Amino acid sequence: MNSLWAVTVATLVKDIRLEWRSKDALNSMLFFSLLVVVIFVFSFDPLAEESRHIVGGLVWIAFLFAAVVALNQTWARELRNQVLDAYRVSPAPANGLFLAKTLGNFIFVCVLEALMTPLFVIFYNLHVLGPAWQLIPVALLGTWALVVNGTFFAAMSLRTRNREIMLPLLLFPVSIPAVIGMVAGTTAILTGENSAHFYIVLLLTYDVVFTTASLALFKAILHAE
Amino acid sequence: MTETPAQSAIIVSGVVKQFGRFAALRGVSAEFDAGKFHAILGDNGAGKTTLLRALAGLAYPTQGTIRMFGKAPQDSSREIGYMAHPSLLYDEMSGMENLRYFARLYGIAGDERCAEVIRAVGLDPQLTRPVGQYSQGMRQRMSLARAILHNPKLLLLDEPFSNVDVHSAREMVILLKHMRGSGKTIFVVTHQALLLDGVADEFVWMQQGRIVDRTAIPLRAGEAQ
Repeated sequence: MNSLWAVTVATLVKDIRLEWRSKDALNSMLFFSLLVVVIFVFSFDPLAEESRHIVGGLVWIAFLFAAVVALNQTWARELRNQVLDAYRVSPAPANGLFLAKTLGNFIFVCVLEALMTPLFVIFYNLHVLGPAWQLIPVALLGTWALVVNGTFFAAMSLRTRNREIMLPLLLFPVSIPAVIGMVAGTTAILTGENSAHFYIVLLLTYDVVFTTASLALFKAILHAE
Repeated sequence: MTETPAQSAIIVSGVVKQFGRFAALRGVSAEFDAGKFHAILGDNGAGKTTLLRALAGLAYPTQGTIRMFGKAPQDSSREIGYMAHPSLLYDEMSGMENLRYFARLYGIAGDERCAEVIRAVGLDPQLTRPVGQYSQGMRQRMSLARAILHNPKLLLLDEPFSNVDVHSAREMVILLKHMRGSGKTIFVVTHQALLLDGVADEFVWMQQGRIVDRTAIPLRAGEAQ
């Protein structure tokens, strides 16, 4: 039975296998994020107190730009040999592909975050003054916000001539509310000056709205010529 | 037992396909019998591939309609097996891994069917080499295996013999002949009409986006002498 769940799992397993073999997305994301960490450390040479105020922005900007690399990669491999056409002629539900791509990107960006966070802590001499556990919902909801929109807009820009340029042009403006939530939420937790509760709710609402909208529209995007 | 007359598997009515100002199909109307082997011939740019993509539901007619077994192509995905000029396979995965993934899209569980079709096209299911390292002939065969994986009633094959050596091409023709014998409706776009002499039931000639002739032999009217 080609249910949504079965197709999603099969496509996710396939994508993880392809990424494991090529490491295209992970390597480029890691290299990009490392560059951001190193460049900003040498540019600012921040003290611990200053770091708590600026690192929320740095972290999320680094992850946002790095995620764009992965998002482009994830669809690029569907264009090689026109494999996407094989999916389009099959009876598999369009949202199976969308969910698998989004989950795959979510996993890749989470791996990146897990690897990069200790480096940010060391380089910026970070000590969390607020409730540290709240960084987890902010990170998970923020990452989902980036990848759900990113996967959708990457699919949308798939057939455009300059898709690498189109993706940030489409994605960044739409992501502004989520980026504000992520940066302000992270800063609130790091400094302990405000509650991050509002930003967590903002991110949750953003995720629900954009996931629903993407699922509703993806079939039209996939089957567009 | 009386033989029932062949029914129209596909009815194409006044199909026009425009790409901007260029009309790839200019009012194609035809009925194609079920259970027959149709070879589509014509010069480059005649509209053969566009017609095949429209039949597969991958290109939408600007005007006109296509009915396959009484349904729109997009609603007939279980009945259609499509082989394009590119392989529609992931280069980084083995043939078996590729087919296992596509099988899940059609709700086919287990590996038996995958192994069966790989053997049917003359390849070894145990081959662990990634498809990217296959010869062109092997890739074409694996692509055919993917197209017949779900045992479709209708096969749409775009230049299956291109870049394939004569021996492999003949083996593919024998396989297609066998499939036609089992009641499948087959469309093959090719420049190698003579390969299908005595195998195809009709030769459909296209020119500048129109069907200009339909013959029983791979020669147009007036070319027979």
